[in-house]
Amino acid sequence: MAITVKTMHRPEPGRTSYLRAAVKGMSLTLRHMLNPSTVTQQYPEEQTELSPRWRGTHRMEVHADGRPKCVACGLCPTVCPANCIRLVGGEDDQGNRYPIVFEIDEFRCIFCGMCQEVCPVEAIHVGRHFENAEYTRERFVYDLDRLMEQDHPVTLLWDPSDPAGE
Amino acid sequence: MEPISGLAALLSSSVKIALVFSGVMLVVAYTTLAERRVSAFIQDRIGPNRVGPFGLLQPIADGIKNLLKEETSPAAASRTFFILGPILAMVPAMVTFAVIPFAAPLPTPWGVVDMIVADVPIGILYILAFSSLGVYGVVLGGWASNNKYAFLGALRASAQMVSYEVALGLSLIAVFMLAGSVTLTEMVWQQQQLDLWFAFPLSLAFLLFVISAFAETNRLPFDMPEAESELVTGYHTEYSAMKFSMFFIAEYSHMLTASALMATLFLGGWDIPFATWDDAFWYEGVLIRGFGPDGVPLAASPAWWKTLFTLGVFALKTGFFLVFFIWVRWTLPRFRYDQVMQLGWKVMLPTSLAYIMVMAASMLILDQVGVAYGFAYGLALTGVSLVCTLLFIFYLDDDRIMKGAGARQAASDPVPTEGGD
Repeated sequence: MAITVKTMHRPEPGRTSYLRAAVKGMSLTLRHMLNPSTVTQQYPEEQTELSPRWRGTHRMEVHADGRPKCVACGLCPTVCPANCIRLVGGEDDQGNRYPIVFEIDEFRCIFCGMCQEVCPVEAIHVGRHFENAEYTRERFVYDLDRLMEQDHPVTLLWDPSDPAGE
Repeated sequence: MEPISGLAALLSSSVKIALVFSGVMLVVAYTTLAERRVSAFIQDRIGPNRVGPFGLLQPIADGIKNLLKEETSPAAASRTFFILGPILAMVPAMVTFAVIPFAAPLPTPWGVVDMIVADVPIGILYILAFSSLGVYGVVLGGWASNNKYAFLGALRASAQMVSYEVALGLSLIAVFMLAGSVTLTEMVWQQQQLDLWFAFPLSLAFLLFVISAFAETNRLPFDMPEAESELVTGYHTEYSAMKFSMFFIAEYSHMLTASALMATLFLGGWDIPFATWDDAFWYEGVLIRGFGPDGVPLAASPAWWKTLFTLGVFALKTGFFLVFFIWVRWTLPRFRYDQVMQLGWKVMLPTSLAYIMVMAASMLILDQVGVAYGFAYGLALTGVSLVCTLLFIFYLDDDRIMKGAGARQAASDPVPTEGGD
């Protein structure tokens, strides 16, 4: 992205030669016409490489048997500054807590990544992904199944080699 | 070989009309694409590249879009003239191409076919007459819109086109004098005989013609009638869909005709440089390629591949001017309106008049001295024209005609300044 600031050296007043200026301009445009140095990114084909710390669409990690890793401790809705997470927790026969409802309103979310930082079991993550277009506004409230379906890479606040952050 | 005649001539003319019309429409369509792509390259963008390979189907997509769009018509517009405007703008722009020869004659079993729709003896006068009719479409469209910006644009267009038509016509007088004819086939032939394109012996006429052609086609730096930043879009502000498209086609076919005309008048038309095998001309009913040392006509041998080659050369020359039009448009800023008028009446008109006198005197002297019409004759005129052109450029460059704001400031503030940039 080589966009630079160029200082123009204007000619002295009264020393302006229109023909010379025209020829100079024509040669400049000819150079660009023959050698187009384009800075345009052809978006759908060419993708920008996202930073490892890019915070985008959420993603819920799952266990090998397909259950969400979330234990419904309630820390992420508590810490969320935008109040965009709705969590209703439940408990099964063995006393394991699990989320009955887990919804994130992606419109309210400010993508601060605090839910990921606060999560004790590394279940909820912000991801390196930004293409979220939908046809209706309702589709922007991601429920638990939707969050578990997401398969884009996650933000590197979380170090995979050190999952508990020790 | 005999020229084609009778029913075959009628048939060949119909085929030529169809081919030239569709050819012009095709080139116009692709010039719009070239304009968008070249402007994009100049501005470090990419331009339309989504429809087809390299965006080559973009003109078709544009055409479909313009046909399907809603036609709006202002409530206060004069309906008849509002519809008549774009038609009157488009038709003259299309018919002017009829008298431009675009290739060497083509031999067929029924006779030799001239590669020109109508080889009328008044060639250029026909073009001048019809291209000046183009202003009616602009004026009618602008007036009928009942919009003050459209009307201002139309007024500017008429004033500008009338002013520059004078310089355009006068710059051609030198060409008429040198060629001794106003027929375009004859012009091509004379340039082949002179072994020199008219751009050299008549360089100042060429320069004046190019400048006037820009003004006549309403292209930047003379796009006063449109002037987006001042008049919305000038005379076609109120137009939409196909009617707007017709104004657009008119502008680009004007551009194409002007390019083809410049190529024919000053760059030898379909003549292939440094070659005489392609030369062909009807001389007393016989197709000849030149005269022998003793003045005996040498018969030409037309062939389909010669026609094809010369057509390619003509397309190259015309294409060069088309790209030049686009290149200039995306480089130079628009003139102020009074500057346009000043340049037209106070610079172009006197210069072309003086140039006619100089060239007429030079030709008279050369004829009196006894220099034969040929390469030496052309070289002598080239020298005279070069001096005239340099004087003209020096006069223009010395900041005497178009003083910018900076110049006036310097006059009131006589601090010695070092050389410009």
